[in-house]
Amino acid sequence: MEFYVISLLNSLVFGMLLFMLSSGLTLIFGMMGVLNFAHASFYMLGAYFAFQISQFAGFWTALVIAPILIGLLGAAVERFGLRTVHKHGHVAELLFTFGLAFMIEELILLIWGRVALNYQVPSSLDFTIFRLFESDFPVYRLFMLAISVFIFVVLYLLLTKTRTGIIIQASLTHPEGVGMLGHNVPRIFMLVFGGGSALAGLAGVIGGNYLMTSPSMAILLGPIVFVVIVIGGMGSLTGALIASLLIATLQTFAVGYDYSLIDLLAVFNIELGPEPWFPDLWRIKVENTGPLLPYLLMVIMLILRPKGIMGERES
Amino acid sequence: MKLKNMLLFLLGTVVCLVFSNSAFSADPIRIAYIDPLSGAFGDVGDAGHKHFKFMADKINSEGGVLGGIQLEIVPFDNKISAKESLVQLKHAIDQGIRFITQGNGSSVAGALIEAVKKHNKRNPDKTVLYFNYAAVTPAFTQEKCDFWHFRFDAHVDMKMQAITDAIKKTPSINKVYLIDQDYVFGHAVSAAAKKMLKEKRPDIEIVGDTFHPIGKVKDFSPYVAKIKKSGAQAVITGNWGADMSLLGKSVKESGLDAAFYTFYAGGLGTPSTMGSAMNGLRQVTEWHDNLSVEEDRPGDAEFRMSYNEKFGEGGKVPWYYGRIRTMMEMLVKAFNKAGSADPKAVAYAMEGMEHTTYYGKVVMGAKDHQLLQPLYISRFTKTDGKMVKYDRENTGFGPTTEAKTQTMDTATPSSCNMKRP
Repeated sequence: MEFYVISLLNSLVFGMLLFMLSSGLTLIFGMMGVLNFAHASFYMLGAYFAFQISQFAGFWTALVIAPILIGLLGAAVERFGLRTVHKHGHVAELLFTFGLAFMIEELILLIWGRVALNYQVPSSLDFTIFRLFESDFPVYRLFMLAISVFIFVVLYLLLTKTRTGIIIQASLTHPEGVGMLGHNVPRIFMLVFGGGSALAGLAGVIGGNYLMTSPSMAILLGPIVFVVIVIGGMGSLTGALIASLLIATLQTFAVGYDYSLIDLLAVFNIELGPEPWFPDLWRIKVENTGPLLPYLLMVIMLILRPKGIMGERES
Repeated sequence: MKLKNMLLFLLGTVVCLVFSNSAFSADPIRIAYIDPLSGAFGDVGDAGHKHFKFMADKINSEGGVLGGIQLEIVPFDNKISAKESLVQLKHAIDQGIRFITQGNGSSVAGALIEAVKKHNKRNPDKTVLYFNYAAVTPAFTQEKCDFWHFRFDAHVDMKMQAITDAIKKTPSINKVYLIDQDYVFGHAVSAAAKKMLKEKRPDIEIVGDTFHPIGKVKDFSPYVAKIKKSGAQAVITGNWGADMSLLGKSVKESGLDAAFYTFYAGGLGTPSTMGSAMNGLRQVTEWHDNLSVEEDRPGDAEFRMSYNEKFGEGGKVPWYYGRIRTMMEMLVKAFNKAGSADPKAVAYAMEGMEHTTYYGKVVMGAKDHQLLQPLYISRFTKTDGKMVKYDRENTGFGPTTEAKTQTMDTATPSSCNMKRP
């Protein structure tokens, strides 16, 4: 029982962190049709900025300032980078973000070095809020959860209840039409790109000390974010939320099970010989497959429902 | 004007080249350092390079080897890939380098041992010698041992010997959990733990034997929940790098109360990621920051300080590989004993060599080329300015010795059957 409750809470926290990262990416993709390879790099920058700012002004200032800086940076990247290469088509845009990811990583290596940073949870949030059965539940996880839920609610209201949100929604599906109506679509693009980057930055601020802050953090989390938006459906916020939680739960719970194919066969009273074909395949346990399951899910999703859980566009 | 500048520049270059060549009468002995210098493990490789460079500078300032010949460390980036390492090995050999050293990754080490062996068979007049300072799969000095390979780090079985000895003496431990990375090294750790615990404490129950993908897990809390569920009082892990830091962080957060016996909790870059999660973790190493205080060796403390001042980046990347010092000092002895820089002569000189470090006698195995050295189990605690004087990577937590295994007690039975040239 303890294991299930704790695992459920853990999946919720990790899932919401994933959501915060993928929400920006899914909006950017849905709107501009650009898969932003540098998105996880903004997440990494968020953590590094937060570390640097918290050295001078403390964690709470960093929590506010770092995402704003990353957002401005993202907006600038859109305004002066992406918009310039836009006329050369999607391939150019894709390559641009790809190159940007490398640039950011090298820049971080130059400024902060190769070694992981000592960016820790602030002491005001470094205590146990409650004990569940025999396990501690740190207040910082609750804090992460609160922030990400807050972000989801704000984003949801922003997109459905405000005029800007409605224009963004419209540009997601009918960018030309919105342009025809006299709205400044490029400015909306810039806004969305900046906003999406700020969200990634925020995820970096609170994820950097929860997980770790090192030059490899973008590579570590990057691929999974793409999986989230593919499964959730490109451009769908709710889809991203569902997919994030689904993936986190899947990964978290897979760890708890020791069953392998041998056990499955045993149910049917089949025993493997002493030297079966592909000996390693049979011994793989469910827990070993945990980190692979999201990718498996993505492949299945692409075969059965290419537009994702909540996606609206086929292409 | 432009042409004139260009000519002047060319002339200058030529003059420089001529002078630099004549300035040193004897060419330095070059040692190729083949390890990752970029990518996810670039930080570890970079720090290793600095350790070697520091030692080479020290040796050179003390007069070099063979009556005044300097040592030079030449870095090659292998991106921690076995394939790339072979390319870099070829580059090094083409440049006339006859000594190589590498440490990160047993897959790389395995490939290098084979490649060096083949090269030396085909080019008996241009042999290459390989010093391994950190790849610890036991086979390299056991069934796969080779004359051209020397290992200066204790291998998995030797380190596990020290860990299981410590567990043997702790009667309160009767449930042990094993968590390791799913590749050759992780499996070696798990197998050694199971075998030795069975021999030393048959009453101990192995309540978990988990393998997780290497470098892929972002959040270890599910694994920690599982460890908790198993009721283990002790955990043994060979995890290193991010897999160690993230595991440590999750353990601290969940308040899991189990003794953690690790190989690499103090590994380069790991403590700074973990911060206060270092508290209470144990590691097995041949050297640690507070040994000089505990055994009263001011010379070693001074050495540590001088390295940290030069390359430590304000304590962020402090001295770590005690064995690199041992290795370089033994190498100097081997050169001088052999009387030449011929790899074969150096290898024969190295075999069975004894050396005295600050912490006792070490011996290079004559039969298997495995260095025997004292091993320490240390536990990380808050620095107190007394016995726990120095912390690791500015975390405020430093190692303190819990158990020492003497040089000769670290030996494990060897199945090495070496062919000598």
